[in-house]
Amino acid sequence: MSGIFQCLNFAGQLRAEDGSWLLGVADSVWVRLSSLLLFQHYNTRVVVLGALLLGVAAGMVGCFTLLRRRALVGDALSHATLPGVGLAFLLAPLAGLDGGSRLVLLAGAAASGIAGAVAILFIRSLPRLKEDAALGIVLSVFFGAGVALLTVVQQSPTGRAAGLDRYIFGQTASMTADDAWLIAATAALTALLIAGNFRSLTLLCFDEGYASAQGYSIPLLDLLLMFLVVLITMIGLQAVGLILMIAMLVIPAAAARFWTNRLLVMLLISGLIGGVSGFVGALLSAVFADLPSGAVIVLTCGLLFFLSLLFGGERGVLVRSLRRRELAAAIDREHLLRGIWELREPLAERSAAEIDRRAASFDELLSLRSWSVGRLRSQIRHASAEGLVWLNSEGAVELTRRGVMEAERLVHHHRLWELYLITHADVAASRVDREADAIEHVLEPELIARLEQLLLQRQRSGGLPASPHQITGVSTQAAGVSLQEGQQS
Amino acid sequence: MSDQSVPLRVQDLTVAWHRRPVIWDVEFDVSPGRLVGIVGPNGAGKSTLLKAVMDLVPKASGRVEIFGRSWRESRHRVGYVPQRESVDWDFPVSVLDVVTMGLYGRIGWFGRVHRRHREAARRALEQVGIGELADRQISQLSGGQQQRTFLARALVQEADLYLMDEPFSAVDAATEQAIVEILRSMRAAGRTAVVIHHDLHTVPDYFDSVVLLNMRVVAEGPTQQVFTRENLERTYGGRLTLLEEATEALRRQERRL
Repeated sequence: MSGIFQCLNFAGQLRAEDGSWLLGVADSVWVRLSSLLLFQHYNTRVVVLGALLLGVAAGMVGCFTLLRRRALVGDALSHATLPGVGLAFLLAPLAGLDGGSRLVLLAGAAASGIAGAVAILFIRSLPRLKEDAALGIVLSVFFGAGVALLTVVQQSPTGRAAGLDRYIFGQTASMTADDAWLIAATAALTALLIAGNFRSLTLLCFDEGYASAQGYSIPLLDLLLMFLVVLITMIGLQAVGLILMIAMLVIPAAAARFWTNRLLVMLLISGLIGGVSGFVGALLSAVFADLPSGAVIVLTCGLLFFLSLLFGGERGVLVRSLRRRELAAAIDREHLLRGIWELREPLAERSAAEIDRRAASFDELLSLRSWSVGRLRSQIRHASAEGLVWLNSEGAVELTRRGVMEAERLVHHHRLWELYLITHADVAASRVDREADAIEHVLEPELIARLEQLLLQRQRSGGLPASPHQITGVSTQAAGVSLQEGQQS
Repeated sequence: MSDQSVPLRVQDLTVAWHRRPVIWDVEFDVSPGRLVGIVGPNGAGKSTLLKAVMDLVPKASGRVEIFGRSWRESRHRVGYVPQRESVDWDFPVSVLDVVTMGLYGRIGWFGRVHRRHREAARRALEQVGIGELADRQISQLSGGQQQRTFLARALVQEADLYLMDEPFSAVDAATEQAIVEILRSMRAAGRTAVVIHHDLHTVPDYFDSVVLLNMRVVAEGPTQQVFTRENLERTYGGRLTLLEEATEALRRQERRL
């Protein structure tokens, strides 16, 4: 935070004389941001590029751990890297190496991460111990050992200078060109390993039993997946830190799931989300010098997840609720059309001229179902916009020619389904209308064809099947009465 | 001893697990070109038997020969249809992707999926009657369609021996009929299928021979000879109290180890 204040102070002094203090702040931040965006500083380029590549690689690996339902393995393994860092620092001088060298430290991290992976696989294979126990044990024991080792290291002056604790929370600013190269090389290796094992990993995540029967070694593939996670964690320690590393492995993959139903596309989207998070996070923490990079990267990730959850094209909340509303609207429209048609059915039989005049008053329609005045109004509006009904001179809702055709199709489906329920499923005739209602809207064409084949041989040829029950609604009874009167006269 | 014409020979097979189910001393032969049903109550060890044949669970003793060789050597001649419930049907793959998995063995680790592979997968889907669903995501499938997808994945392997774990469980009548027809055309082509089956009514209609299993083989042989009321009562009725107690004792001992 103090970075922002320094920046503010600096700008304030600069522009104090002309009084446009705020403008100065904006200017100063803009100058820094634009110089960053244009990557004028070599160091910024290195940091941002490194974080971006890290995000891409983590996003891709995360897809597989998520689909294997082992998302938390990443958390255990990232914590398991810490003792390796401490041990490498302490033991490297014995082997004649420089303990402060990044490569030595990260090699130590990778080694103890792999040890953690083996420990997880071993504990899981013991009877009566499950995955969650294995993860909990490995995470806490390794992390505990790491904290203890780091405390020892911190007590020596060289140790304090090495600043090993930055691996816990991450600090992109300390990244050098060598680090960026290491990240780039590791990300490339990860991508290669994924490409080479794409099918095996897919099979492992989808159908373990079948994979095993096909001759794939499940423990070996699991180990490969864990090795990928360790690689990602190793290069992520510097930028994100081990505590928040899990976010990079889980969030982009989970966010990508909202956008697609295809694994390869999911991998690419996840990589993109991870990359963007790394990029934005590193950039922001470079603009505001003291913003912790790990936290900013993870927050960006979280924001992208939230956006995906809302707007994701395949399973996002918005798309799903739109689909639901579309379906509800379609059902309402079908009810309206069928309602008008059926209300006038008895009249149509009386005189052929009535067939073309399928109209019902608003009140008649309202009493037909338990729909509110407002909902019915909006349905009529929608249906008339689609050219299925129109309001005639008497103010009644009348079906257009297209409306009649559509309504006849719907009545046909409804009656077919009712018949089927009565004759084949023993549903009482008084209840069949509701039951058919629930199902008929999802009938597919081939199902209709089978229903027709099954039921209509017995029916008189041509025309719609008669309703097996009395059509409910106040005005229908009135129509029935008038029909009887007609017969009497 | 080893006979390359016998698709499946199980000898003296015992699987003792730290949890049930357990099978004891299972022994039977499957002749080529036959449809064999494995029938028995829940917990009789039917799935365990199939898994032990495929080395998916460790054997305590006994041997399994497939066309006279070990599982490892004959693996490519075996098609496996796991239980439908064993996978996540929300996984981001298409129906065609799942069927193509049956070809991974042939494609090899670094090979590419070519058009001819995809065409073979489509043909298998046509064969099981859901060719038009090839490009759907698998979460849109009904239970019967899921089962057909698994069947197509096994078919595309063009194996000589098929091991199927309850392909008829909870499928619609049309799917059941389709599966039966496929099994019969397999038999006509000289292939062999060993199928775990639950519905006793259809056993005589579907299978040439049966293995009645309840932790041990109660009876096995041609359906008309073996599938008798008496044998069924021995399989389903009367719990094997002593055997269960022995298993329990074994389990307790294992816990202490």
